[in-house]
Amino acid sequence: MSDEMAGDTVPEITPTFRFQWEEAQQCHVILYPEGMVKLSPSAGEILKRCDGEKTIESIIRDLKTQFPDANLDADVYKFLEVAHENGWIRAK
Amino acid sequence: MKTVGSELNNQPKPLWLLAELTYKCPLQCPYCSNPVDFAKAKNELSTEDWLRVMREARAMGATQLGFSGGEPLVRRDLEELIREARRLGFYTNLITSGVGMDEERIKGFKEAGLDHIQVSFQASSEELNNFIAGTDAFKHKLEMARLVKKYGYPMVLCFVLHRQNQEQVRDILELAITLNADYVELATTQYYGWAMVNRDQLLPSREQLEQAEAIAHEYQKKMKGKMKIYYVVPDYYETRPKACMNGWGAVFLTITPDGTALPCHAAGQLPGMTFPNVRDHSIDWIWNDSPDFNKFRGFDWMKEPCRSCPERFKDFGGCRCQAYMLTGDAANTDPVCDLSPRHQVVLDAIAAAKEAAQRPVAVVKPLVFRNPQNSKRRIAEKQAGVAGTLY
Ligand code: SF4
Ligand code: SF4
Repeated sequence: MSDEMAGDTVPEITPTFRFQWEEAQQCHVILYPEGMVKLSPSAGEILKRCDGEKTIESIIRDLKTQFPDANLDADVYKFLEVAHENGWIRAK
Repeated sequence: MKTVGSELNNQPKPLWLLAELTYKCPLQCPYCSNPVDFAKAKNELSTEDWLRVMREARAMGATQLGFSGGEPLVRRDLEELIREARRLGFYTNLITSGVGMDEERIKGFKEAGLDHIQVSFQASSEELNNFIAGTDAFKHKLEMARLVKKYGYPMVLCFVLHRQNQEQVRDILELAITLNADYVELATTQYYGWAMVNRDQLLPSREQLEQAEAIAHEYQKKMKGKMKIYYVVPDYYETRPKACMNGWGAVFLTITPDGTALPCHAAGQLPGMTFPNVRDHSIDWIWNDSPDFNKFRGFDWMKEPCRSCPERFKDFGGCRCQAYMLTGDAANTDPVCDLSPRHQVVLDAIAAAKEAAQRPVAVVKPLVFRNPQNSKRRIAEKQAGVAGTLY
């Protein structure tokens, strides 16, 4: 398991965190003991795809088909770094 | 889609639901924040009542759910409540002393969908822990902490700090490291309930605090990325109050064992309030429309100096219960604030605790342990007019 978030890394949500859609807030959230982080729509879209099967490269490809106008490689890597630092995701 | 939801989003939501399932507890912590007259409470809510409360709160946007008490493990329907909570999409927290838990139950909770177990310790040494808890529980707690980890829960250890264990912070953190804790909460005693009765014996000195704080910071640095350490300075030593509950009726909703709904777990003591019961009203009405939940919402209720203070948006004037306990009026500025004309009462409390700490042990008023006998005694004294205030 590498500590870096590289193209062939397969990220997944860390089991001690919970990622879910909140209807009342109209956003995705990360839940952990006694706390909650509200996610922006793009962060939600990225984490939705961290299913422990797709590599980061294929996540980006997938995002590009859905959001063709966006130039998002750098943003995705940057966000995944942050998510990793916070312990929300880990490399499978 | 955005515009449809935006109006709703400005309304405060009860994001945090604290379910105090029972006041029964095998421990007797003298810093317990339960009401001193808890022995009066009868008639715990039924399983059906709790299920309804959870459903209604969840529909209003509640996300975090804490099962606490007393000792929530005393409730035999806990597994059932957890299962429904998880099905509803809550993040479920069990806040427990660990007494009454065993491997079978920890496993059962996991299967039911429990997300997190917080085990509270009274101290890092067996002797002091058991003395403070009023029972022999330390070894069992250690065992429970290990099992929590084994079953894949994030491990959160909670230590309530006060004068009697303040100097153990290093040992406490070492113990947490040995146990592989993910989070450590060094929770400063808050002076409500039983803690208020025992304040002279519990309030640490400034020197003790500074030392504890330095150690906590040292470990925060050392354990960065491995263990999260939360440390909060007791507000008596601050010059600004805490933003209590993030504002009245803003985020927190507590339901007591008999179904009384409160904006915070200490609010039951405030005079002139009736506080609605979930047996009579919907959570929606309680949260949005009940007079008590609106009483200190926003800023219009404030008196000076808060009323015109630019910091009111940050601290909401502090804690209503503390304002009441220390100044006699819940609408006053929290006297922890040094802009409060009553700030001296806090300084006096610090001086009184300091004086008590210097007296020889034999002449110090003993700690009053939280148990039904002491509770009944305080209720009787109150009725006879002996005890001044029943905190
Ligand atoms: S603080 Fe102690 S006495 Fe009070 S409910 Fe918790 S474990 Fe029981
Ligand atoms: S006067 Fe009131 S609003 Fe201003 S800092 Fe003090 S408590 Fe906060």
